[in-house]
Amino acid sequence: MMRWLRHCAVLGCLAGLVAAAAGTAVAGTAAAGGAPGAQPAPVSPGAGQPAAERPVADEPVADERLQQLLAQLPQASYADKRALIRQFIALHDPRVRAILGAMLEENLYERSADQRVVIGAADGDNLRLTDALTGAALGTAAPDALGRIGINNQLRKALRVGMAQFDLSSPDAAVRLAAVREMLRAVDEDSIAVLRERLAHESNAAVKRAIGEGLALADLDSSDARTRLAAVETLAGSLNTDVYNRLSAMLERSADGGYAEPDARVRAAAQASIRSINRWRNLYSAIQTLMFGLSQGSVLVLAAIGLAITFGVMGVINMAHGELMMLGAYTTYVVQLLMPQHIGASIVIAIPAAFLVSGLAGVAIERGIVRHLYGRPLETLLATFGLSLVLQQAVRDLFSANNRPVQSPPWLSGELQINEALSLTYNRLYTIVFTFMLFLLLLAVLKRTRLGLEVRAVSQNRAMAKAMGVRTEWVDALTFGLGSGIAGVAGVALSQLTNVGPNLGQSYIVDSFMVVVFGGVGNLWGTELGGNALGIVNKLLEPYSGAVLAKIFVLVFLILFIQRRPRGMFPQKGRAADG
Amino acid sequence: MSIGRTLRRTLPVMCALLASAAGTTVARAEDTIKVGVLHSLSGTMAISETTLKDTVLMMIDEQNKKGGLLGKKLEAVVVDPASNWPLFAEKASELLEKDKVAVVFGCWTSVSRKSVLPVFEKDDGLLFYPVQYEGEESSKNVIYTGAAPNQQAIPAVEYLMKDVGVKRWVLEGTDYVYPRTTNKILQAFLIQKGVKPEDIMINYTPFGFSDWASEVSKIKAFGSAGKKTAVVSTINGDANVPFYKELGNQKISAEDIPVMAFSVGEEELSGLDTRPLVGHLAAWNYFMSINTPENKEWIAKWHAFTKNPKRTFNDPMEAHVIGFQLWVKAVQKAGTTDTEKVIATLPGLEVPNLTGGIAKVLPNHHITKPVYVGEIRADGQFNVVWKTDKVVPGEAWSHYLPADKDIVADWVTLKCGNYNTKTKVCSGQNYK
Repeated sequence: MMRWLRHCAVLGCLAGLVAAAAGTAVAGTAAAGGAPGAQPAPVSPGAGQPAAERPVADEPVADERLQQLLAQLPQASYADKRALIRQFIALHDPRVRAILGAMLEENLYERSADQRVVIGAADGDNLRLTDALTGAALGTAAPDALGRIGINNQLRKALRVGMAQFDLSSPDAAVRLAAVREMLRAVDEDSIAVLRERLAHESNAAVKRAIGEGLALADLDSSDARTRLAAVETLAGSLNTDVYNRLSAMLERSADGGYAEPDARVRAAAQASIRSINRWRNLYSAIQTLMFGLSQGSVLVLAAIGLAITFGVMGVINMAHGELMMLGAYTTYVVQLLMPQHIGASIVIAIPAAFLVSGLAGVAIERGIVRHLYGRPLETLLATFGLSLVLQQAVRDLFSANNRPVQSPPWLSGELQINEALSLTYNRLYTIVFTFMLFLLLLAVLKRTRLGLEVRAVSQNRAMAKAMGVRTEWVDALTFGLGSGIAGVAGVALSQLTNVGPNLGQSYIVDSFMVVVFGGVGNLWGTELGGNALGIVNKLLEPYSGAVLAKIFVLVFLILFIQRRPRGMFPQKGRAADG
Repeated sequence: MSIGRTLRRTLPVMCALLASAAGTTVARAEDTIKVGVLHSLSGTMAISETTLKDTVLMMIDEQNKKGGLLGKKLEAVVVDPASNWPLFAEKASELLEKDKVAVVFGCWTSVSRKSVLPVFEKDDGLLFYPVQYEGEESSKNVIYTGAAPNQQAIPAVEYLMKDVGVKRWVLEGTDYVYPRTTNKILQAFLIQKGVKPEDIMINYTPFGFSDWASEVSKIKAFGSAGKKTAVVSTINGDANVPFYKELGNQKISAEDIPVMAFSVGEEELSGLDTRPLVGHLAAWNYFMSINTPENKEWIAKWHAFTKNPKRTFNDPMEAHVIGFQLWVKAVQKAGTTDTEKVIATLPGLEVPNLTGGIAKVLPNHHITKPVYVGEIRADGQFNVVWKTDKVVPGEAWSHYLPADKDIVADWVTLKCGNYNTKTKVCSGQNYK
């Protein structure tokens, strides 16, 4: 029953996704902060205290032992280092955590001059050194005078698991939970014993549950059928993949026909659990596919929505549309260069900045080129195509042909873990929300403002609008500027999702025309729904056909669709449509 | 007034510049050896290829400082094939027929190499190709200074299998000839090593792919079956950045599912926030972080030449450094730049690698190379975690593919790029 409640709560939360995305972002960052290694190590009890307060008796022995182990580190092979780490942890000395932490961050060095193991912190071009054991400051040294104590993936895992044992006694429940999760990645008898001991005086329910699950997993190996049955029952409802793998392993038949799990009651319980897990996993993976589709659809809408104005409303075939997005993305880069300390704020500031840059570029394009070519679509196409090449080369000369690194603020990276079978990445969630807000804003501008009214009037009947005193030329320039500015804003969002380079625009130009034509030229709702529909169809196909074929299928589908309905999903109706 | 003064001050300089320019044109016409550089300086591949052009220019500059070659100065002829494969062939024939260059250093993608191959064979040119590639080729007119599959892909997979204990494999690549051929070889290799077909997942995505969400979650699902899983990535170019970003976002850490890349080096990482990527792997024949005196010396030279102490040095650049030195040695030994004689002199020549060991030209026009596996560090460099005991000779034809296992390339005794040892027939595009 509890299980059902938990799942239903998740589904309910998904139903109000926009709210969830906004609300959980805060909770999510807090959780991310608790991840091991992401923040300065919490001080384990005793680490910062003067030596005199700890039992004096084992002090010299431990010191000697620590010193001995440390001295072996620099020359050790990766396999030897692993054994050394195990010995370090076995000492249960609080000072070990700092040493392991420095090793994990690759800040542990051997000083070439006296073979002393030191911890180095970046200080300009040099490193500020402290003794690994005593923490005494040792001045600074050039990187050349030090040999880094290298680690590899296996060591990194061993270090994290080892450090988690120290974090288990942290006063912060989030740190303890993260530590338990970390320890469960590699379980052995020692860590099981430590976890059992912890469970005895753990007060936090979430931590208790995590430990219980981990211990139950270990209990599956027990020789007592009753213990195993209890473990299977404890694990029922968990969506952890380890649980799933272990339970299905129990049901496998060995070569002689016998089951891996001898007891029939335990098998039946495992079978029931697996069935339930499968049901939930299928449901969550369907939700996930839908979200992936929506997020790809949102990218398509982002790319197309500016074009829905310039091409859809004004009828200008602007091949430089992609380059206006590229300008927006480069604006983000420049804004970040100007304020390197505030990456989070830079994204927010980049949005109006990109709107202005691309919008002004758009007005200039309209006044300089497009204005002279109204009514001549072929010439417009060629001229704007030429312009797109000019803009690309200009960017290449100004910023170099290489991609520019645009950083993501912390609140845009990582994922929202809803449960162990379903997680959604923040950058996708924000893209969906952002695109929808942009769309609503644009809709409001076109339907509710004077400019919108004039834009619609001019596009429906230019001569009549002129006769009514609308300055059509001015409206043209502003409309084109609006569409271009929106393209710039789309560029800011794209800078978080893809490469910022001179070719950024090219890769989206075909897609954006595709979406506008599919949705129905001149219809903003068509663009929004069309883009999302294409995204979802693409993602539904991808698991079966692969990314290459999925894209082809979507294009073939589009060709057939346009043949049946040349005016797209939502054609404009009435006299204005033919104008 | 001020204009007059500036003019008066700069006039002598301008005269001197003009005179020197005139002087060099005279010198050019008489006694220089022309070296062709065929690398894209615009378009998608410009990212990778521009540095290779600069490397060749540095080598030429270096050689000229030593007094040139055969008493003549070297002169670079740089053309821009603009990442456009047919244009590569056009520019190659321009270099060989109009400029009459003695040697060409160029190409990156396999498709560009395939496109210039007929031109070099028709005009009897000499091409040094510096990039790791899929093998299955040996031309009389090409020296392959990059890695063949047995010098990169196979050792990397062996490392994952033996040292990391990987049991389940994702072969993820961009959809074109290099990943497809490499994955074909790797699949044959893995199955020979006893990996079950259901433990191998092969997947391709288009060039410049950016929406990795569902691909990465597919990898995550494939990797959570309880067996150690690794991704072998032949993803090329731009698509890598969003791929690694998505890996970071979906919290796939190198400790759980490591990604071994064959096309991601220091240069590609320099445009990326590498902190989420720490621990992911790459296999190359050179790493900038390897601490040898030769390597340090060349990196210092490169920084001095580019006047930028932050510029990265990578594997294909080292291949060009080796190739250029080999060509210089061959010309000095042959006493001429005549391609026929230089090609005949090249097999057997040796120059030291920048990271230790000797690069030797083999009769199949490949060279011997050390193989390294490195883990990405937070500073965008690689930490070498494994290397081969000695240099590995390049194999033109993979013996893991049933169709190619009897084929050898030998331009010294057999004079053939694809000789079938069973049927004793030399077949293929170019044989005499």
